[in-house]
Amino acid sequence: MGGAPTNGHAHGAEAVHRPTLEELKERKIRTRQRVHEGQETITVSMGPQHPSMHGVYQAVVDLDGEIIVRTRPGIGNLHRGVEKLAEQMTYHQFIPVTDRLDYVASFAMNHGYCEAVEKLMGVEVPRRARYIRTIAHELVRLANHILWLGVHIMDFGAQTFFLICFRDREYILDLFEMVCGARLTHSYARIGGVSKDLPEGWVGRCRSVVEFLPKRFDEYERLITANRIFNKRARNIGIFTSEDCNAWRITGPTLRSTGIARDLRKDEPYAAYDEVDFEVAVEYNSDVYDRFLVRMKEMRESCKIIRQCLDNLPDGPYLAHDAAHVLPLKKNVLRDSAAMIQDFMHVLRGPQVPKGEVYRAIEVPKGEMGVYIVSDGGPIPQRLHLSTPSFYHGQAVPPMFEGEMLADSVGIFGSIDVVLGDCDR
Amino acid sequence: MTDFIFLLIKAILWVAVGVGMVPFIIYFERKFAGFFQSRMGPTYAGPWGVLQSFGDMAKLLSKEDLIPDWADKPVFRLAPYILFVPAFIVMALIPFGPMGVEIFGYTVDLVIADFDAGVLLFLALGTVAVYGIVFAGWASNNHWSLLGSLRSGAQMVSYEISMGLALVGLIILSGSLSFVDIVDGQAGNFWNWYFIPQIVGFVIFYVASIAELNRAPFDLAEAEQELVAGHMTEYTGMRWGLFMFGEYVNMVVVSAVMATLFFGGWRAPFEALDFIPGFIWLVGKVLFFVFMYMWIRWTLPRYRYNQLMDIGWKIFLPLAIANLAVTALIVSVN
Repeated sequence: MGGAPTNGHAHGAEAVHRPTLEELKERKIRTRQRVHEGQETITVSMGPQHPSMHGVYQAVVDLDGEIIVRTRPGIGNLHRGVEKLAEQMTYHQFIPVTDRLDYVASFAMNHGYCEAVEKLMGVEVPRRARYIRTIAHELVRLANHILWLGVHIMDFGAQTFFLICFRDREYILDLFEMVCGARLTHSYARIGGVSKDLPEGWVGRCRSVVEFLPKRFDEYERLITANRIFNKRARNIGIFTSEDCNAWRITGPTLRSTGIARDLRKDEPYAAYDEVDFEVAVEYNSDVYDRFLVRMKEMRESCKIIRQCLDNLPDGPYLAHDAAHVLPLKKNVLRDSAAMIQDFMHVLRGPQVPKGEVYRAIEVPKGEMGVYIVSDGGPIPQRLHLSTPSFYHGQAVPPMFEGEMLADSVGIFGSIDVVLGDCDR
Repeated sequence: MTDFIFLLIKAILWVAVGVGMVPFIIYFERKFAGFFQSRMGPTYAGPWGVLQSFGDMAKLLSKEDLIPDWADKPVFRLAPYILFVPAFIVMALIPFGPMGVEIFGYTVDLVIADFDAGVLLFLALGTVAVYGIVFAGWASNNHWSLLGSLRSGAQMVSYEISMGLALVGLIILSGSLSFVDIVDGQAGNFWNWYFIPQIVGFVIFYVASIAELNRAPFDLAEAEQELVAGHMTEYTGMRWGLFMFGEYVNMVVVSAVMATLFFGGWRAPFEALDFIPGFIWLVGKVLFFVFMYMWIRWTLPRYRYNQLMDIGWKIFLPLAIANLAVTALIVSVN
């Protein structure tokens, strides 16, 4: 432990070596060779009431001693029928429900949904709203990764780090509380913009937070990145190569830890991502440790993006003027008869939506979140399908666990960052 | 007769102090944890929350005594005591002051039992404590308990060896297995203490003792993250409390042994400070080591099972043997 981290790399020359796909496969095969068929096994059920399982995921594992032979994943304990609910709500009403998908990063869910609906309706989002969305999305990414980091290190047995992370997450939740009144379920995005403008003094406070957090990340690096025990434990476990990731539709930081620089913020920019300068964090070892490194880098990049957005924050409306599709500004509703009629129409009937189908995917903290909407022209979607990252990541657990030790299983599961609200929907 | 009365008084006092320390050590552990994690720790029970542990104990005592249907009941009941009792026996061996002190006109030895093979007895009793955990895991008839107790059994047996070998160097140096003689061998100022010539032995002993005590980063037996609570999964109420209590008593006892063997026991670091009673020095040293355990626990992640074994067999065992060889060589040359 100790030593000053240099540029996010406390481990120096080791990171330079980029293993080829063959090498990674070889490592994975070596892990799998620990499984001997025909041995007597004991079956234990990890979850849904296991103390350290993330949410209500269930993994029934067959153990040969400490080695995991087989895993049967069980999801659906948190199923709420969100997609069916969407078929009974107007497009506006569904926004708070999206909060409950990935409740750790609820603004990202609002944002993904609104982007899809805007694409369907052809709404032009004002520039200021796009900047605010970018800031909020990156803040939520920071909150998500910080929370993930604390829980992930706790999976490896360090108790204290969890609370250090929770303390730093508070700063971000406070920012959200200032801007939309909610700390966890934000419901901040609206079709055509955001619900409220940034309050007075918010920009300065946000800037001080993103100046301050990288110092905290240096502290994390000193505590974790160079930590001997964490290095020994997290390296070379849970290897999932780029081929595996493509086969199992793994996205987000887990995919980027395999050397593939796929990031929808860069590849198919939305909001204001095409106007800011940032790097896609990539690592190459495809193991749990590299997923940790990718997220650490992403947090620093997020701070960079927010700083740029704050510097260039344009003036103008924060919600589009589009009576057919967008709610009126709340402050105008009781003053302006046109706005009042618009409000009545949207609340009682719903927005006017063209017929058609649309798919839109964005990069949420956990991976790629896609929204597929089929519209029959009514104010309510005929069919709304969500393709959320945790669902796909949760499926990939059995091949990831095979041949690993029981002690690492929780850490591997944590490294792919599954939130069960997002998975079960 | 007076000897017997004094023995009784000493035994009761020592046990009372040892047991009385435990609630406060638990309290301090929670306060320290709070300090490390930038929160308050217990605050409500009594001033600054000092009575928290007593409140917990009252709660545990009032709980229903639940034994699972599928458990092996006699063994299940026996297990906590096996963990608990050896620790108290070791307490009898620790001297807490000089021999032959005049108190109210009587001559008293400030140790309960000056046993000739004290170090050996300590190591033997440490091995007995493993049975407590293994029995608990087996009798609970639960997969988590079984896995936890198996891990702990393997871990303790491996570290017992390094621990014993680490002490052999010290025994060669002192020429005695008796705790009283070992403390006498460290008379004078702190540079006469054995931790200086036996620094390697001390480090091995300290790390091995963390493994023996099942504390982080070697708390594999009750690794919450994967094994729920290991061997304690099926225990509730005061039986669970006994396990926790036993763990902390063990911590006090091992710290006392460490202070006695390597840090001069009840002796002051400078002869000029001898006017302060030896008992206070001993308790101070014990608290220091206990604090070190807490510091480590609340900072580091946990090792994996096979890595723990690697450290025990591939690093500590050769080191302990090398230490023994070097010590033996130097002592025989002198």
